[in-house]
Amino acid sequence: MLTLVQIELYKIFKKWRTYIGFIAIGVLVLVIQIAFKYEGQDTINYFTRNIRQSFVFVGNLLNGYLVAFLIMNSLAIHIPFLITLVAGDLLAGEATAGTYRMILTRPVSRTQIIFSKFIAGIIYTALLILWLAVSSLAAGLLVFGTGELLVLNNQIIIIFEQSDILWRFLAAYGFAALCMSVVTALAFLFSSMVENAIGPIISTMAVIIVFVILSALNIEFFQNIKPYFFTNYLLSWKLFFDDPVDLSEVLKAITVMLIHIIFFFSLTLFLFRRKDILS
Amino acid sequence: MIEKILAQEKIIEINSLVKDFKKLRAVNNLNLSVYKGDVFGFLGPNGAGKSTTIRMLLSLIRQTSGNINLFGNPISSDRKNILAKIGAIVEKPDFYGYLSAYKNLEILGKLTGKEISKSKIMQVLELVGLDSRFDSKVKTFSHGMKQRLGLAQSLLHDPELIILDEPTTGLDPQGMKEIRDLITYLSKEKGKTLFLSSHILHEVELVANRMIIINKGSAKVEGDVKDLLNAKKLKVSFEVDDEQRVKELIWQSGWKEKFESNTKSVFIFSLENHEISQLNKYLVDNNISISAVIPKRSLEDYFLKITEEAS
Repeated sequence: MLTLVQIELYKIFKKWRTYIGFIAIGVLVLVIQIAFKYEGQDTINYFTRNIRQSFVFVGNLLNGYLVAFLIMNSLAIHIPFLITLVAGDLLAGEATAGTYRMILTRPVSRTQIIFSKFIAGIIYTALLILWLAVSSLAAGLLVFGTGELLVLNNQIIIIFEQSDILWRFLAAYGFAALCMSVVTALAFLFSSMVENAIGPIISTMAVIIVFVILSALNIEFFQNIKPYFFTNYLLSWKLFFDDPVDLSEVLKAITVMLIHIIFFFSLTLFLFRRKDILS
Repeated sequence: MIEKILAQEKIIEINSLVKDFKKLRAVNNLNLSVYKGDVFGFLGPNGAGKSTTIRMLLSLIRQTSGNINLFGNPISSDRKNILAKIGAIVEKPDFYGYLSAYKNLEILGKLTGKEISKSKIMQVLELVGLDSRFDSKVKTFSHGMKQRLGLAQSLLHDPELIILDEPTTGLDPQGMKEIRDLITYLSKEKGKTLFLSSHILHEVELVANRMIIINKGSAKVEGDVKDLLNAKKLKVSFEVDDEQRVKELIWQSGWKEKFESNTKSVFIFSLENHEISQLNKYLVDNNISISAVIPKRSLEDYFLKITEEAS
């Protein structure tokens, strides 16, 4: 299995489309950091103008933590699109290239193929989030330095001490990786059904958009089922920037995500094992 | 012959194989056996069901009904062990275009579960004449080169059974000859069993010892290539100069029994091999000038007919 995963990762990282996500995140993070370098202080002054009348702010508010938090807030919802570029191609790409015929006539089971491709997809997803963490947090800390983190959460300003921040970021990035793995699993499912990667990319984004819209509808039925939509938790990494962290809510979100991943993966496995390879 | 076949190990055994695609029956109650050491020609016009059968042999698609046994075991229950003994090209060979020929073979080699050495990869590339392009990306390859690379990947793990689906498609005459020579080498020198699909009768005739002709998913003719193609009766066309005189000569002689039809100056007879020269002599002795004698085997005619129907 390890060999199969290595092969899949090799194939993924030999395709230029794999780097689109890394380049896009790198460029966006850089642009946001440059903007904050020159206008960040003015922005902070603007947002804190009311409370500055009552409080005195000391220290470096425009620090790497704040910039990384704002970057994650802006980008987290857009990363699914970058993920589908690769995840949607994992199986459909083989069909498009006609290489199913080569790999599935080898003494490897379809289950092994599916597992190795999915694991490779999850590793790619995790690496993309890791890149977001490195480029925004690590680079942010280098450029803007450290300081306390000021977060506006549900109209409440929370200030985290320096020693209380890093674990929250690590947990948030880990949670984001789990959220994005659901997107990977969904794109992977669509990828198993078609012979062109465009379909899974569009279908996955369509599902996310539809579910986000349904969640936003102020109709009781949708509000009742909303907690079961994975899209409901795409921004739940913010739970780690509550004080105290609502662990039951985190656990619920993780459970919903895992159920989605298991469901999408199992369905992919079921369909692929029965699939007639005609490409 | 029968004793010989009975003593041989069956490598492929297909019984009552059926494959339906919704309302279309692509393979209809197909039966065939391939024995160890055979070069088995699987012949049929385009759309006859050859590739569908090959896909079922390799478990790429499931049969609707019927049984497929390879090396004595059902492919459905012993897939991994069976595929470890098979090398195959299914339809056109496709590879990862963004990788080199060597890297493609290395990946496919790893998927066989065997340790395929660098020298083995270079050896098969040399065998198909691609060793000088081992480092080139496959997307730069012509169709013929991909076909050769397809052959290389099928030989990589030294399989016992090699299934080749139209291996000479897209090759120039020299390339076709090289593939035929390679098939002969693999059969004669290496003792491999080959299952060769083709829509060209002549191609099968040159390399295969046994064959089956299928059309619309059903077997039409099966047997020893020599027996089938050297059948006693031949349809022989005689192109002559004097149509009326030839007609008279035929009706005056015993050749009227062998006469089948004529179109102006072309007369067709159903003859045994030794009768061709006798009829030729008879006509020449009677001052008939003959511009062409074209013998055609009835199987060729039959195959041409079903090929024309299919197209």
